[in-house]
Amino acid sequence: MSAEAKITGSLTVQIPEEANRGLQYEENLLWEKERCDHPGVDFPEPQNTALRTGTGARGPIGLPQVSEPQALRHFVKMSTWNYSIDHGLFPLGSCTMKHNPRLNEKLARLPGFAQIHPMQPESTVQGALKLMYELQDWLAELTGLPGVCLAPAAGAHGELAGVMTIKRAHEQLGNKGRTVMLIPDSAHGTNPATAAMCGYSVKTISTKDTGRLTVKAFMEALGDGKDIAGMMVTNPNTCGLFESEMQEIAYTLKKAGGYFYCDGANFNALVGKIRPGAFGVDVMHINLHKTFSTPHGGGGPGSGPICTTEELAPYVPVPTVVKDGETYGLEWEDTRPETLGRLKGFQGQFGMHVRALAYMMSHGADGLKQVAEDAVLSANYIMARLSDDFHVPFEGPCMHECLLSDKNQKDAGVTTLDFAKALCENGFHPMTVYFPLVVSGAMLIEPTETESKEAIDRFISVMKDFAADVRNGDTEKFHDFPESTPRRRLDEVKAARNPILRWGAFFDK
Amino acid sequence: MRYLPQTKQSRAEMLQAVGASNVDDLFKDVPKDAFIDGLANLPLKQGELEVERALGAYANQNMAAPEGPFFLGAGTYYHHIPASVDTIIQRSEYLTAYTPYQPEIAQGTLQMIFEFQTFIAQLTGQEVANASLYDGATATAEAALMAMRVTKRNKVVIGNALHPHYRGTLKSYMGNLGSALEDGKPDGNTACVIVQSPDFYGKPEKYEEWRRLCNESGALLVVVVNEIVSLGLLPAPVDADIVCGEAQSIGLPMSFGGPHLGFFACQEKYLRQMPGRLCGMTEDVDGKRGFVLTLSTREQHIRREKATSNICTNQGLCALAFTAHMSLLGEDGFKRLAKLNHEMACKLADSVSKVKNVKILSETFFNEFVVELSKSSAEVVESLITRGIIAGYALDDNQLLLSATEMTTDVDIELLCDALSEVLA
Amino acid sequence: MAELKYTEDHEWVAVDGDVVSIGITGYAQEALGDLVFVELPEVGKKVGKGDDFAVVESVKTAAEVYSPVAGEVVEVNVAMADDLELIKKPANENGWIARIKIEDPSELEGLMDESKYKEFTDGLD
Repeated sequence: MSAEAKITGSLTVQIPEEANRGLQYEENLLWEKERCDHPGVDFPEPQNTALRTGTGARGPIGLPQVSEPQALRHFVKMSTWNYSIDHGLFPLGSCTMKHNPRLNEKLARLPGFAQIHPMQPESTVQGALKLMYELQDWLAELTGLPGVCLAPAAGAHGELAGVMTIKRAHEQLGNKGRTVMLIPDSAHGTNPATAAMCGYSVKTISTKDTGRLTVKAFMEALGDGKDIAGMMVTNPNTCGLFESEMQEIAYTLKKAGGYFYCDGANFNALVGKIRPGAFGVDVMHINLHKTFSTPHGGGGPGSGPICTTEELAPYVPVPTVVKDGETYGLEWEDTRPETLGRLKGFQGQFGMHVRALAYMMSHGADGLKQVAEDAVLSANYIMARLSDDFHVPFEGPCMHECLLSDKNQKDAGVTTLDFAKALCENGFHPMTVYFPLVVSGAMLIEPTETESKEAIDRFISVMKDFAADVRNGDTEKFHDFPESTPRRRLDEVKAARNPILRWGAFFDK
Repeated sequence: MRYLPQTKQSRAEMLQAVGASNVDDLFKDVPKDAFIDGLANLPLKQGELEVERALGAYANQNMAAPEGPFFLGAGTYYHHIPASVDTIIQRSEYLTAYTPYQPEIAQGTLQMIFEFQTFIAQLTGQEVANASLYDGATATAEAALMAMRVTKRNKVVIGNALHPHYRGTLKSYMGNLGSALEDGKPDGNTACVIVQSPDFYGKPEKYEEWRRLCNESGALLVVVVNEIVSLGLLPAPVDADIVCGEAQSIGLPMSFGGPHLGFFACQEKYLRQMPGRLCGMTEDVDGKRGFVLTLSTREQHIRREKATSNICTNQGLCALAFTAHMSLLGEDGFKRLAKLNHEMACKLADSVSKVKNVKILSETFFNEFVVELSKSSAEVVESLITRGIIAGYALDDNQLLLSATEMTTDVDIELLCDALSEVLA
Repeated sequence: MAELKYTEDHEWVAVDGDVVSIGITGYAQEALGDLVFVELPEVGKKVGKGDDFAVVESVKTAAEVYSPVAGEVVEVNVAMADDLELIKKPANENGWIARIKIEDPSELEGLMDESKYKEFTDGLD
């Protein structure tokens, strides 16, 4: 069977536009639209000079063609199928979906930021370098970790940078045989994946019983500590709890010669109020797209700077921004030879740096503390109000997110997935479901500080209604939800068994 | 504070419901000495106007591309972005949505990703493409790691002039696993050969010979493209096993190096070894066509230490900017854009070659080429800045990498040539 | 019919002389949900006791299949790659994933029989 037949053979045809009702629109793929004889961009006529490419010329590519109004409508109609933070509460635990100020968008688009090239001479980009330098300062001050590198492109990339920093430090210090990374079972999947990318083997620490890391479980995993390179811990952890024995664990780890990597995904609970450097962190990444409100954009771009102790600072990736008198510059391998090297092109997701600094400056030192406090208070409020209806696996107080489970309802046949889909039906985005893995049927709820009590109360009341329905035996409807969304439950098994990953009629291989 | 909806009263009511006397009761698990005792070194909150003023001043200290003639490329390119692209990506529904984990309420993002994957597959002549990676450098590193998984070999060979940042990134990623990175030709231990086209010096590459060497050695052929506009004029790298690189040129401003847009395409037989997110077509319970993220078992949130990559968040909104811009360009517009870039580069080459003490070193090129000057190129670049010209990328010694795009005008070229004549006199 | 034994990782093992067929139990299939992919080993692959030799995937999870015995893969059920429903079949009807030639039959001694395995799964959450 040819690739073409395989890819086009099982295309399902979408509902035609005749099915539009009210403000609910269907919209075909670009390739299914009638082809316009001219594109949506006007250019001067090429002069057909002889090619100097030394190659042949490109044949048909197989691209669609529409005019500007058609293109705009296409994307605007599709956008109406999305839920977003500007629609309402988006309580995805661990993801920190908070308000995205538009000031930050405006600033990132100033020509002096958007229209500068990463390889321009430094004398022509002093303002950009100064901005990066100040962002480094803010992050150092807020984390208590003075070595900052802004280069990593996202959280997982920051993890990679952080763990590689640890690896590089061991190498440079001549520490041999440290090949194991300790990771609790409640960790984000990126943690073990990152450790593996760095060539470390993973040893798991169990947190099943209390949802917390205990000195006892840590000591068992540590053993004599001779093979331990470090430990990766999220704090507050993925159950939404602060690791109360963290300081002692960090101290013991350090004595055994390991470094403590903190996954900063949950920094929103601490920002402006608590310094991770003070509970023993050696290196952590910060998700600018979580705590510092750069937009998630439907899956990126993110930005994942890392912050380290003075001791680890020489090993972080290049470049970092340095200041000499009143002049700013990028520091490279030639002046910092201990560095682990480069992890991406150029100097990081600069557009996100602009947005994050604008957000920090707007809140100021005083406002950021309020961010942490409101986020934590809102999560505890949800936990307190829902604890009669839903199972709470671990005692609070929680930090910026609260963990519930479907234990009280699943025997009646209604599970976490059903609650997620019922929330979609009721105009909310669901919480994070089935994570962390240590709790069966987990529902991880993070309201963030940018929700009003009114919005939170509405969410609580909807959740309470669900629980009441289950108690009253009104469970059948849950399996049919959602019903009012642009699409209802989708067949993921079909998608995975016979993957159709592109539109294929022009496929001419 | 304008971003915080809670009021004094609502906070008090919530504290009461929680049963706490003050908010610090909720932080009781945190050791006392970890609390911040004032942030004296940081400023207090500011209004929108003040922040805009302060950061606007920073922006004004930079020399932006529209201010004067601009000939710098070297992996990031200055192109025009249609106004509707920015309108589309600033819609709340795209800008402030999360990764589409709940497909029933994220079909907009999902259908866009499906279209993005199709655009990338068509452009690269490959069978499948993913939902994006961070940038061209990390995409190249991921290609090398994937080739190592596929071939179960431990050495990566760089075949021609690869962008130095891509090379540096590869070196760091490979070093983690103790794998070898060499220049030259593949042998029986080589997982893949990496060939950039156009190469770092702007020269378009031919693939037949590399394909033959790969067939003989059993290595995969990885083609890296960091000026994606070139695919509108140069033949598609259909001979490659993996085509990856940078798509910033379509829809994204240079933005001092990011966010840009890594892309990744390959032959379907390697699908299970691909890194990153994939969007697939399926149907809902009513039989209506819809899209979901699929084949997730390759990814970190399921596979943990056995995942194909640790990547999670990628460049979603950048992929939207690309898809919106590509839909405006269409087949004819994209090819025309490529042709214009080449013609402008030809014009630039013809003009600078007439300047005394300038010699063109590149015989073939797409929109970027190397010239040799009679003086240090770094010094020439610096001195042209004082004349308001960003003159290109200074290579070692006296060589200069010059790029032209559709943004370049005849006047720009004239100004550059005049300035070069004076500086090199 | 070959004797069936069970592991705590929810594989069943059908012993036939010095060759064992290995599949996954109904309990495991229930926990995984609808399968979408099975990664089969290559014939000739050497496996140690407790090593994984195959991977079964559903939409939401991937699970390694472990060999309770050391040995060499002598046959794989290639039909399963195209027909995932086969995995639901019993041992004597093509429900096996791979056949392994064992080195030390005493390694089979620690495995559970059917009633013990039922007791074991009843005790799980």
